[in-house]
This record gives sequence, structure tokens and C-alpha cells, in this order.
Amino acid sequence: MSNDVVITTDAIEPTEIKPSLWTRYSSANPLMVAALALVLGLVFGAIVIATTTPVVLDAWRGMFDHWNGIPHAVFVTWNNVSAAYRDIFTGSIVDPQTFWHSLTTGKGWTASLTPLSETLTYATPLIIVSIGVGISFQTGLFNIGANGQAVVGGIGGALVGSMIKMPTFIHLPLALVGGIVGGMVCGAVPGVLKAYTGAHEVIVTLMFNYVTYAFLLYMVLSTPFQQPGQSNDISRTIYPTAVLSPLFGSSSGLRVSFGILVAVAVVIFAWWLLDRSSLGFDFRVTGANPLAARASGINAKMVVIVVFLISGGLAGLAGYVQVASTTHYIDGGFLIGDAGIGFTAITIALLGRNRPMGTVWAAILFAALGVGGRNMQALTSIPLDLATVIQSAIVLFVATPVLVKEIFRLKKAPTSLLTLSTTGWGS
Amino acid sequence: MQLELRGITKRFGALTANDRISLKVEPGQIHSLLGENGAGKSTLMNVLFGLLHPDEGEILINGEVVKFHDSGEAVRRGIGMVHQHFMLVPVFTVAENVVLGFEPTKSLNRVNYKKATEDIRNLSRQFKLEVDPNAVIENLPVGLQQRVEILKALSHDAELLILDEPTAVLTPQEIDALMAIMRSLADAGKSILFITHKLKEVKAIADVITVIRLGQVVGSAEPSASETELASLMVGRQVQLVVEKSAFNPGEDVLEIRDLVVLDDRGLLAVDHVSLEVKAGEVLALAGVQGNGQTELVEALVGMRHVESGTIHLNGKDITNLTPRRALDAGIGHIPEDRQRDGLVLSMSVADNLVLNTPRAAPFAKRGTRNLGAVSTNAEQRVKEFDIRTTSIRSPAGSLSGGNQQKVIVARELSRDPEFLVASQPTRGLDVGSIEYVHNQIIEFRNRGKGSLIVSSELDEVYALGDRIAVMYEGRISGIVNPSISRESIGLLMAGTSMEAAGV
Repeated sequence: MSNDVVITTDAIEPTEIKPSLWTRYSSANPLMVAALALVLGLVFGAIVIATTTPVVLDAWRGMFDHWNGIPHAVFVTWNNVSAAYRDIFTGSIVDPQTFWHSLTTGKGWTASLTPLSETLTYATPLIIVSIGVGISFQTGLFNIGANGQAVVGGIGGALVGSMIKMPTFIHLPLALVGGIVGGMVCGAVPGVLKAYTGAHEVIVTLMFNYVTYAFLLYMVLSTPFQQPGQSNDISRTIYPTAVLSPLFGSSSGLRVSFGILVAVAVVIFAWWLLDRSSLGFDFRVTGANPLAARASGINAKMVVIVVFLISGGLAGLAGYVQVASTTHYIDGGFLIGDAGIGFTAITIALLGRNRPMGTVWAAILFAALGVGGRNMQALTSIPLDLATVIQSAIVLFVATPVLVKEIFRLKKAPTSLLTLSTTGWGS
Repeated sequence: MQLELRGITKRFGALTANDRISLKVEPGQIHSLLGENGAGKSTLMNVLFGLLHPDEGEILINGEVVKFHDSGEAVRRGIGMVHQHFMLVPVFTVAENVVLGFEPTKSLNRVNYKKATEDIRNLSRQFKLEVDPNAVIENLPVGLQQRVEILKALSHDAELLILDEPTAVLTPQEIDALMAIMRSLADAGKSILFITHKLKEVKAIADVITVIRLGQVVGSAEPSASETELASLMVGRQVQLVVEKSAFNPGEDVLEIRDLVVLDDRGLLAVDHVSLEVKAGEVLALAGVQGNGQTELVEALVGMRHVESGTIHLNGKDITNLTPRRALDAGIGHIPEDRQRDGLVLSMSVADNLVLNTPRAAPFAKRGTRNLGAVSTNAEQRVKEFDIRTTSIRSPAGSLSGGNQQKVIVARELSRDPEFLVASQPTRGLDVGSIEYVHNQIIEFRNRGKGSLIVSSELDEVYALGDRIAVMYEGRISGIVNPSISRESIGLLMAGTSMEAAGV
């Protein structure tokens, strides 16, 4: 009977309520929820550290052995948790000590900037692919095949980059286009199938990921693309003219590449597309209300296909940016398992609420947790998986704003209700 | 049962939905609660039925203060509610629905269908509510489904029946039947609280009328009060119930429909060889009970449904089976039946909704980039011109009241200056003030010499707007008549009687 409890507010004239600063910060606006989800994710991670690290558990087990057993256990817990988080921070953003050393002596800049450079290197393809995924989500299409599209894009770009010889100013753009085209071809299949046969894009894109892995193995093991003289699953190396070289020169020792400029361009393109273009207007209308979109004369088939082309194209671009700024070749494990940026992109897009800038911050956060997690694993006994746990917890909390609101006793948002930014299966 | 509400107040945050409402229903009385949408009627009923808890005030039954924690308690105290949207399981029989949740059982907890059927027979006989206990709900017409709801309430020994907008879905004949049932129930000593915003019905049946506006009781009236008096009380200002129309001055045929055949979603014949024409300067009102093919006919006109055979011509141009985009460009303005489903994107701003189907037209976009300045200017103008009440053109359309949402659609469609207007249920769920406004806009459009097709299941609306009235029944046009014809004859046509038998 719940749908009878209709709270009708029709007759009341809407009045603009100017929220005070405090209400704005204490209410459940999406930004606040995301920030608090991060806090909750870190708290959750701390609990995981405390309950899984042997040293900590040993300390608690012995809490009645000495008169100061309990304070000692608390101390050990604090030590381990803070060390883990400190290592994540210093490994991904900056280590204050080396940074201060560089500032005062002017030396060792490579060492003090490496964490940030690594984070940005990992974030760059993530940003590009996540924005593509976010665009499809905003249109109500659940493209979870971004990983496969990125794989094919990486192959497309690497083919152009390794098989043809050209001067840089044509070769690099052409190789990037090769990446985009590869992703588009891969994205077009579920798009066309959805538009003309109604095949559900979740099934098709998910299954297509496996097709692309098989394609990848075939490519890196067959003659024209395989590294000459090799029998391993490894491709030719792309020519230096098609490489995204380090931003501060190869002598700087920092890996962050010109790929970051490609990401900036993608962010600007996505902002224009979603906020300023007529096409993006069609996308958003379709995503928010497909029936109204149809009644307003929006061609649903066209929207589905174009969205998949754009989403796939960006995934493909990300795939090639990954190749061209890091390994410069593709092997059989390209983007497989933990490296599957196309899958991480789904959670990043969700965390960034499918908006370009939100996605940028979410991608940087995820990259930082990954890079910092490696540092933590090296320096402490806590495994890298903790970073994944924190990432997952954050997304979980973002996806359940009601929970966050309850935990922090937030008031209802003054303007609009929170809405989950994806529609999922039913659409 | 004697029911008294004393100073019921219900707040939702800053909004007071019910403000110190007091009213009294005597046994055997039909008490009508009249108010616009959003006046607080539904909130009050949900408080009374135990679905919401009042912040202040008390409910008295036969002089005794009661508190309901849930609707079950209200049912046990003899309050029955017939919802606007029926709460029936479509694939169950009448008997199964009535006993649902309170099934009489035999040994081993088996449902005693025989007893259930027998009980219902007795109940129907007692209150003259004829219905076959073994009929399956989905095969019954809406009027009978409503009877089942009433039976269900009576089977729980309801002494007070709340009828929430019971006539919205009924044909005129079914409404008459319902009125008779209400009267006989009242004669049997039941109290009835009848919620509506339809003035005619109130005058026809109510013993006492209480009018509420903006959550407050603004007065009570005798059924002898005139409709204009009641409407003014309800809206809080003078309203014109009759739309002023200039003389009917038809021109050439604008829209010509020939032998149109359209299927519904299930692939069944929905529009069965319909031929119609609408002239310039004419409003053709298409009357009929919902679900007789009107929806499919309109969808075919605006390009949203495939035409199997037949043709549609607009100003001599063939517009059969165009895409919605082309149909809009050909000059069809469309006010859809369900504004929130097909007409608006509730999460987007009023300004965006005002250009929803013309986002690429100059000056709103240039070479694929939107001109947000022009979109805003347009919105400011339309908001002023069509008196759309919104805090800002950037507010989401969903924050507007139903009437203002409809104004957004009317503003968008009429400002495109279409050749022909197709409007489905253009005033459904709107308050009297907004109805008046939308009707005036449609008539103004007609007075400019344009043609329009207005689909409505409200006879008042059909009479107010139509220069000619076409009645649709089971996919066919059962008659095209002049508005001078009696309501009874139209009602018969709506129920499928032929022109001759209906006395036309």
C-alpha cells in the first residue's frame, strides 16, 4: 500500500530556500556523500588492517599477559594502521621528508616527484576510459565492455604504431586515431545489436570482453604483429615516433607522459558533449527519460549507436594511451585481471557520478590507492589487496547514500534528492 | 458510524499538508470532501486510514478517541477505503480478491472457496452490488472492479467507506450506477466519505460538502450551492467554468485520417479502420472510455506507433508512418497523455524542458553546440507568457506542481506554432484554475484558425472544447455528433451502443 501514501505538495507555491553554509555542509549533497564515503572507506580499511594483520592480532591476544597489555595492543594497532596509510600517502602523492630535502637542497627532485608522477601515469588511461563509460551511463546504457574495447583499441593503436614508419607529427596522432577506431569497432557491435535487434547491451558487452581476449592472443601470436624472432605472446614494439614520451623528457626519470594532455582534451570534449552539445542533450534526455526522448523526436537507434561509438572510442584511446606511455608493446596479459582498467572504470564512473570532473578526481583517487598500495605492500606486511578493499568500500558507500546519511545523521538535501547515477539492467 | 476529526494537523517538513482540519460524518450520511489536487485530501484520508500519523488533533469514532497505528487497526474499527487505483490481483477471481488475507479455511488450512463464494453472494444481495464471485478480475470492466473493492471493504464490516476519487475511471453510466450504490449504502446506515474534485457529482450525491484548500477547511456548502460557488470556494477566486468560444467558423480539412488501422503493444487491433477529418478552426473532441484505442490513434498521429494500413494527411501532405521527429517538423504539436512519462524529463530544468523537442532549432543551437543563452531567454519569456509558477528556470521540472508541469508542455508545443494540435487528456489531474487556463489556450489556438484533436475521457471537457464530438469504442468511431447532444446519448455511444440505438 506504500504507493498510496502520496505526499502531495502541488498546491504549495515553491519558494526558494537559500541554504545556510552549515545546512549546505551538513546536508546530503552528492559531494559531501562522496567525501564521507571516502572517510568511511578508510575507516573500514583500518578495521580490516586491525583484524587481519598478525602482529596486531598477536598484541590483542596477549592483552592480559602484562599489566599494560591493552594499551600496548592499542599502540600496536595504531602503529600498523597509521603506517599503512602513511605508506599509501607517501607512495602515491608525496613523501614530506624527501620533498623537504629537495626544496632545501634543490636535489633529488626525481625521487620526491616520482609518487605523484606514478599516480598520474596510472590515472591517465583510467580517466579517459572512465569518462567514456560515464557517457554511456548518463545515456542509460550500461557499457561494461570498456575493457575489451580498450584491448582492441590498444591493438589498433599498436598496429599503426609498430607497422608503419612516419614522422612523429603524423604518426602519433594516427596511432591515437588507430586506438579510437579499434575501440569504436568493438563498441559498434553491441551498439548496432542493441539498436536493431534489442539485444541487451550488458550481456553483449560482457561477453564481448572474452572475445577480445581471444583476439588479443591471436594477434600477439600471429606473424605480422608478433615481435619478430619471438615465440612468446608479445607484440612488436611501437616506433619512438608513435610513443607518448615523458612530459619532462626521458632524462627526468618521471614516467608521466604527454598522455595526460590527451586526458585533458578528453575531459574538455566530454564537458562540451554533455553540457553544451545538442547531441549530448539527446543523450541526457534519453538517459533520464527514454519515453519522453522518443516523443520529442530523438532517434533512439542513432543515440544508442553513437553513444557506443563514443564510449568505445574513448576506451580504445585509453588502451593505446596505456601502451604508448608505459610498455610500448602489448603482451598476452594486456589489461587482464588486476590491470583491467575497463572494469575499474565502471566503479570510477559511479564514484564520479558520470560527470567529467568528478570522474577525474575519482580516477586519481583510485590510481593513488593502487600506486600507494604497492608502496605499502613493499614497506609493511599488509598486502596490496587492502587498496582494493578500500576502493570497493568507498564505492559501496557512494552507492548507498542512505547509509552514509544515516551514519553521519545528514539532513535531507535542500535542493534535490540523491539519485543513483546509473540505471542498470532494466533500461 | 459517527466519525469526527478534530483539529487534524499533518506537516511534512516546512509544508503543512493538513492544517487544523475538523469535520464530522454522521451515520447514513454521504459527506463529500471537495478540493483541488494538492489541497490535502489524500493526506487527510491517509491519516484517517492509519497510513500517516497526525502531528496534532484527534480522531473520534462514535464519540470515543481512537489512535490508528496502521491501516489494519482502521479496518478493525470499521473504516474501509476504496482506493483510486484498485488494489486487486488481476488474475484472481472476485471471491479470491475479496477474501484475500482473511480467507475462510477448512481443515489443514485449506481455503474454503465455497464459503467465500457464498459470503460474497450474500453480501452482494444485501447491498445490491451484483457481481459474479467466480469472474476473474482482469476480465471485468472497471466499474465492476470498483464494486469488488467496495465489497471487499464491506466484507470487513466497514461502517464508514472512504471513496477516493472513485469516478475518475468510469463511464457516465457507471458513474450513475456508483451513485445509486452509494445512496443505497447510506440508506443502509453506512457513512460515506466521498473525495472528489468534480462539482457535478458532489451536487448530485452529497448530503454535506466540506471544501478544503491548501490544507485548511475553507467552508462547507449545501448541495444546492451552484457549481460556480463551489468552484470559487475550492480555488479561492472567481473561476470561469465555461470557456468562451467565438463562433464556429470551420475552414478546409486540415487533418484527414483514412481507414487507419493500428495495433496495440500486444499486437491486437486497437484502431479499427478509423476515418476522421478535422477542419481548420475546429476542435474535434474525441470522447471515449480509456483503453478504446484513443491512445494508439494519437500515437499513430505523432509517429510513435506504426500504422498498419490507411493514411494520415496533414494539409494534403502524407504524414503516415513518419518518425516522431518528422511528425513534429511537419507541424504536429503534441500534448501527451501522461505528461511525466512522455512529455517531460523531470530531472532536467524547466528551460531544457521548454526546448525538449526543438533543441537543434535556431536560435537554441548552432552547428551542434547549444546556445544556452538563447535557451534561457526563451524560458524566461515562456514562463512569463504562460504564467508558469517556478522558482527559477533552472529548477528541475519535477519540482513544479502538476498544473505548472502541464503549462510547460502547453507553452512548448504552442510556441512552436504548429499546424495542428493533438492533445490527450490535456487537463487530467489538474486543478480547476489550471484547467481553465489550458482550455483557454486550446481555444485561442483554434480561434487562430488552426485545427486540433482533443482526446478526453472527461465529458465536461469534451463539451467545453469540442466543436464536434467523435466517440470511440473498441477501436472504432461509434459516432460523430454535435455538442448539443445530451450527455446520456454520448454515454451510450461510449458504451458501444450504435448511433440509432443511442437516439442520435
